[in-house]
Amino acid sequence: MSVTEERTSGGNGFVGRRLKRKEDPRLITGRATYVEDLTLPGTLYAAVVRSPEAHARITSIDASAAAERAGIEAVFTGEDLADMAAPCPMVWVPPGVEVHVPEHWPLARGKVGYVGQAVAVILGGDKYGVVDAAEDVVVEYDALPVVVDPEAALEPGAPVIHEQFGTNKVFEWSLAGGDVDAALAEADVVLERRIVNHRTAGAAIEPRGAMAEWREGRLTLWSSTQIPHIARVILSIQLGISEEKIRVVAPEVGGGFGSKLQVYGEEVLVAWCARKTGKPVKWTATRSDDMLTTHHGRDQIDDVRIGAKRDGTLTGIHVKVIQDCGSYHLIEGPVIPTFTSCVISGAYDFPAVRTDIVGVFTNKFTTDAIRGAGRPEATHLIEVCMDQLADELGMDALELRRKNFITEFPNERPHGFVYDSGNYHGTLDRCLEMLDLEAFRSEQAELRQRGVYRGVGFSTYVEICGLGPSRALGPDGWGMQGGYFESAQVRVLPTGTVMAYTGTSPHGQGLETSFAQIVADRLGLDPEAVEVIHGDTNTGPFGKDTYGSRSLAVGGEAIARAAEKVQDKAKRIVAHKLEAAPEDIEVAEGAFRVKGSPDKSLTLADVATEAYIPGDLPEGMEAGLDEISFYDPTNFVWPFGAHACVTEVDVETGRVEILRWIAVDDCGPAINPMLIEGQVHGGVVHGIGQALFEQIVYDEHGQLVTGSFVDYAVPTAAEIPSFETDRTETRSPTNSLGVKGVGEAGTIAATPAIVNSVIDALRPLGVTYLDMPLTPMRVWNAIQEARR
Amino acid sequence: MITAEFDYVAPGSLDGALHALADGGEDAKALAGGHSLLPLMKLRFAAPALLVDLRNVPGLRSIEQENGGWRIGALTRHADLQAREDLGVVAQAAALIADQQVRNRGTIGGSLAHGDPASDLPAVLLALEGAVTVRGRAGTREIAASDLFEDYLTTAIAAGEILTDVRIPALAGWGHAYEKFTRRAEDWAMVGVCALVRRADDGTCADVRVAFTNMGSTPLRATATEQALRGGPLDAESIGRAAEQAAEGTEPPADLNATADYKRHLARVLTRRALQQAAGT
Ligand SMILES: Cc1cc2nc3c(=O)[nH]c(=O)nc-3n(C[C@H](O)[C@H](O)[C@H](O)COP(=O)(O)OP(=O)(O)OC[C@H]3O[C@@H](n4cnc5c(N)ncnc54)[C@H](O)[C@@H]3O)c2cc1C
Repeated sequence: MSVTEERTSGGNGFVGRRLKRKEDPRLITGRATYVEDLTLPGTLYAAVVRSPEAHARITSIDASAAAERAGIEAVFTGEDLADMAAPCPMVWVPPGVEVHVPEHWPLARGKVGYVGQAVAVILGGDKYGVVDAAEDVVVEYDALPVVVDPEAALEPGAPVIHEQFGTNKVFEWSLAGGDVDAALAEADVVLERRIVNHRTAGAAIEPRGAMAEWREGRLTLWSSTQIPHIARVILSIQLGISEEKIRVVAPEVGGGFGSKLQVYGEEVLVAWCARKTGKPVKWTATRSDDMLTTHHGRDQIDDVRIGAKRDGTLTGIHVKVIQDCGSYHLIEGPVIPTFTSCVISGAYDFPAVRTDIVGVFTNKFTTDAIRGAGRPEATHLIEVCMDQLADELGMDALELRRKNFITEFPNERPHGFVYDSGNYHGTLDRCLEMLDLEAFRSEQAELRQRGVYRGVGFSTYVEICGLGPSRALGPDGWGMQGGYFESAQVRVLPTGTVMAYTGTSPHGQGLETSFAQIVADRLGLDPEAVEVIHGDTNTGPFGKDTYGSRSLAVGGEAIARAAEKVQDKAKRIVAHKLEAAPEDIEVAEGAFRVKGSPDKSLTLADVATEAYIPGDLPEGMEAGLDEISFYDPTNFVWPFGAHACVTEVDVETGRVEILRWIAVDDCGPAINPMLIEGQVHGGVVHGIGQALFEQIVYDEHGQLVTGSFVDYAVPTAAEIPSFETDRTETRSPTNSLGVKGVGEAGTIAATPAIVNSVIDALRPLGVTYLDMPLTPMRVWNAIQEARR
Repeated sequence: MITAEFDYVAPGSLDGALHALADGGEDAKALAGGHSLLPLMKLRFAAPALLVDLRNVPGLRSIEQENGGWRIGALTRHADLQAREDLGVVAQAAALIADQQVRNRGTIGGSLAHGDPASDLPAVLLALEGAVTVRGRAGTREIAASDLFEDYLTTAIAAGEILTDVRIPALAGWGHAYEKFTRRAEDWAMVGVCALVRRADDGTCADVRVAFTNMGSTPLRATATEQALRGGPLDAESIGRAAEQAAEGTEPPADLNATADYKRHLARVLTRRALQQAAGT
């Protein structure tokens, strides 16, 4: 791993400041443009006919009544899509590992594997009329036996969902380092726990939607997506359209949380329909569509074994993961649980680690990346088990953590990953200072006398993000069929303001603000003079979009590098004009000036004039002031932190209330502290959602029980405490900004803090373990069990 | 999430609305706040051919005193009730319905006419022994709360009739409480309990009423608990003992969040809490 030298930013000191978000005025005044706000003349609306069966053969489809309705332009079924060049791709092809990938088409061909699978599409000029017509499509199904439980699906004799594989097993995959068997054999105590990390949804407030236009042999797709660039590649492959003829635009995107890190069948389908009919075609998901067919996340069963010496020294961790993949894959579903293995060592110096993963087909919708994607599962199992182990050892849970914290950095873990930098004691110290643990413990004891049960729980997490080094993740490494660099283009316009293009595709993170801050400092501008452009494949170089908390650590670094290239050229122009050496030019107080003689200076606007009216440029210099950078990191980045959660449990009803939340995160130096706080707040809320409220539930017939926001209970402001946040700053040596990601950290940290807190509250009643979600009934049942 | 096709009228008088409903027959539905009916239509569980919107019917959004009690117009919104502390338990329960957006649209008439046992105001009306006035083309009649709720989403209001106002008897001398148990603040009740207690001069229980939200296919009275308490002391122990009988005879439907047993347990706990609050013990 190389250590990049720290570069000075120069300029006006906007980096590090709590600037208000540039994107907010349009968002909070309702002037942002989402896909649903776009309509072209002659647009046809699409309604999708979905399977009510979880597993069935399609014996016939009669769409004649629907097709005859007034205003219906066309009805297509799977057979009509025979000219599609390729099925929906899955991009994880790990060397030496067999992954079963069933053909998955935008419209089912012959068989359905989950409730909600698309079987036909209706097009018409009236968006309500097509929904009525969809009800007239008569599909006959021959029901097949359904399997929804992943463990049952692995049993011999279970109904096989894809006969061609002869099994419901999707893949088996292991990652290990050190001798785990020996490590557990030499341990004095081996803790064993089975942890169910249940299925959740991304639950973005804006549902999915896509509109396609086919005009003169060119395709434009507007989609509510996190990944317009990847979508273009996939559309090209699936539709057999040459890539340069395709433009993909992600307009304003109302939340993704991983659920739009995807190229869905409907996106390809509207594009196909637009080409077929020659008219613009638009599809907008309803909330019901979204709950059924926007990918879910988590859904792991984790069998954990952790070995320790009597004194608390950890010897090894072995986790067997069963991942419910659903019945078909989308672009990367099966790889998600493998990210659990990356951080299986947590913040602790395990000499031996091993993760064995089995992916399983079930008659449910696909699981794929949801905020944290495999890492929340890892943190949950480690951090819950640290408390469990401490209990078993009769040791304080924080002492156990501290005894095993990794303290030397960079630190290579037994399975080959190198933690870049960290200070785990530091975040925990600060967290405890804010909490005042002693005061809490005495209050807790006193309240218990009065039948009031409070607890505190901790999570000292570390995560992996900043995806990522292409060599590590790519075809010869982890097996992803792509590179994970990021691109940026910084274009100074003739009047001296800037368009900064990023290949990331922000959808709520605030990157228009933080990236403008980075550019502004390097070019002596105000961030207001920097317009950050994103989400359109035709406005800048090929990019790799937004996910995996990569935008700042990879995309922001690319932006910084492109801005520095511009700065370098500008300095040479200034030096030429002011007859100084380029090394003697600095950017300060909004100008390029000669060090030591601040009165000798030019503004960026002056430089732009020279660059675009190139009468007097240095010998051999090209005109223009416009630079591109591609940045491919040499390592991941490893954010960390300590969260504490104080809960009170109403032991008569089982209801859990969160009283305090203390979050101390370290994601390196802040570009904009307010954006970090926003990400931490949102991330923790997401974790609180999983721990207390949210669960995707299917019944034994494969019917989705939680199909709306009434049953799928996303927490609201009323359920959330006021967050107490702070940060420590430990630079990452991976990039010149020193930054790590923070978009997922809160979610990755949160769930075990809550579970540990509730167990801490209920320990006097004999409750020693709980799985999520901690619904009142589950908690109450656990109390009754413990009393028995 | 997109309704089937329907026609819409918004007559300017009660007679006009009654006519429109009669003309529409079986397939016509009155529309008040729309916060129960429209979700059903969007999910296509209901597909009325005609909606008769009551919004332009004059005089239906009002709160007036009458014989020491109250007469509340059918179109009075939850938010209107919530703002009137003098309505006692009605205001308390209204403030706990869903979120502010729903309370700004939903009406007391719609809530009672819809007959959803998970709604909060039906149990409150039952405990208050209130009544509703309904108008049909044949005339006006009064339906006591105890006769109003017949089954799940079924009330004694006939097709073509319009609920015009809600009558709530005098509340002087009664202590009250509405305990609602939800997962999130904005959720429907897993169980709700409305308790009313009137103390005699000697401090004993002169009268008591307890009614449940979501413990069966209609709102229910907890008669065993009421009997156990009526005429006796109102101390914590008596209330606790009486509350133990709260779930007797109930068959609450199990759902995603609660088994029948857990709901019965909640009913007992919430009854005790509501009674203690209402009795001021
Ligand atoms: C997200 C959400 C959460 C909710 N949570 C709760 C909750 O926690 N507690 C709760 O109590 N309620 C809840 N509700 C329901 C809400 O209170 C409704 O507004 C109420 O139940 C119905 O009132 P409405 O005016 O909206 O009736 P509408 O939806 O307009 O009508 C409901 C039914 O009553 C009939 N009707 C309406 N008015 C009359 C009338 N005057 N005469 C004859 N028939 C009439 C209609 O024809 C229809 O069949 C919730 C609703 C939503 C959308």
